[in-house]
Amino acid sequence: MAVKVRVPTPLMKLTDNKSEVTADGSNITEILNNLESQFAGIKERICEDDGTPRRFINIYLNEDDIRFLEGEKTAVKDGDEISIIPAIAGGVN
Amino acid sequence: MSSKPLSFPIPFEVQAPTCPVITDKSVLDQIGNTPLIRIHNIGKEFKNVDIYAKAEWKNAGGSVKSRPALKMIEDGEKSGKLTKDKIILDSTSGNTGIAYALIGKVKGYKVKLVMPANVCKERKGLMADFYGAEIVTSSPFEGSDGAIILAREILEKDPDKYFMPDQYNNDSNWKAHYETTAQEIWKQTNNRITHFLAGIGTGGTIMGTSRGLRSFNPDIECYAVEPAEALHGLEGLKHMESSIVPGIYKEEELSGKISVPTEESYDMVETLEKQEGILVGHSSAAAMLGALKLAAKIESGVIVTVFPDSCERCYVNFGQFKQYYENEPDHKLPQAD
Repeated sequence: MAVKVRVPTPLMKLTDNKSEVTADGSNITEILNNLESQFAGIKERICEDDGTPRRFINIYLNEDDIRFLEGEKTAVKDGDEISIIPAIAGGVN
Repeated sequence: MSSKPLSFPIPFEVQAPTCPVITDKSVLDQIGNTPLIRIHNIGKEFKNVDIYAKAEWKNAGGSVKSRPALKMIEDGEKSGKLTKDKIILDSTSGNTGIAYALIGKVKGYKVKLVMPANVCKERKGLMADFYGAEIVTSSPFEGSDGAIILAREILEKDPDKYFMPDQYNNDSNWKAHYETTAQEIWKQTNNRITHFLAGIGTGGTIMGTSRGLRSFNPDIECYAVEPAEALHGLEGLKHMESSIVPGIYKEEELSGKISVPTEESYDMVETLEKQEGILVGHSSAAAMLGALKLAAKIESGVIVTVFPDSCERCYVNFGQFKQYYENEPDHKLPQAD
């Protein structure tokens, strides 16, 4: 199943400068593994060693935070859109 | 023999703080002259190193950013660029915005702030509801750089309508620290400071304070603290290699940079609360971690850092985002305006 994944600017270095990429998989974990196979190093930036998303990373399936769905086991279907953003905006002190 | 515990409550009169009820001092006089806190327990294994932190949440406006915000606005007034018909416009991830909003309210200016849609709602709420600033949100995917670009676009469309301090490129930003923060630290440490470090956002704190301190003693070593990774969760801090580098930030003047990981900083928020009894924001915890890394490298010295804000009772401080979002009305993807 192909879904669109929107990545935050700090990860675009890994995605050939693309803010949107396509990934295959039937749930969030598979999508993240597929992203890793396309863009080596991206998964460790998003997930802990055990594969769960790092606590300051928000992943949305369409409009919804996956923390309040089934986490990384949340099923995805063709045409879904996944967004990855840091939970808070760094940058200005 | 140990004394018996009190069997009665302390009378109310004794508990009441002695502070004036009425004051005619401007709230803006409460910017600067913050306490310097001695860190007693964390890092005590470094026997010949003293660590101190400036308690910047004691500024009116609640953060270190009140210092540069006030100076940028007052210098704008002196230069004639800021007049009463202008709206103060800038990009921020929170603290500078709160400071602009407070100062704008006191001085009678409208304030418009551009910030990423994913900033902490406690900050947005404080600014919009309490101080009456207008908030424009930029893409949550683009972080603070997206806010910088959007603020510039708003200015370009209507340049006569706004005064943009542009905190990233305004010399008044670092000069605020040169004139105040550095002087205070020099006096408060009785000239003993040997090492200074501060987190980098605009670079104003590190550049201005370092220059000021070195005007007293050129041998003082100065370090910038930055997030270890481009994708991080440390509100207020900037990973320079992957960001638009502020015009006022001159890395070549510094003694070095210290990298701190996000998760360790969240843990340090908790450690500071438990061991020192102070509740601070992420950037303060990151500064504390940086101070410990520096303490481990030097044999002896007096280290001073800056704790930019407190943001009390905020789950985000502890990296407990699930609990934080549970209190939100919905769990939807934040949207830019």
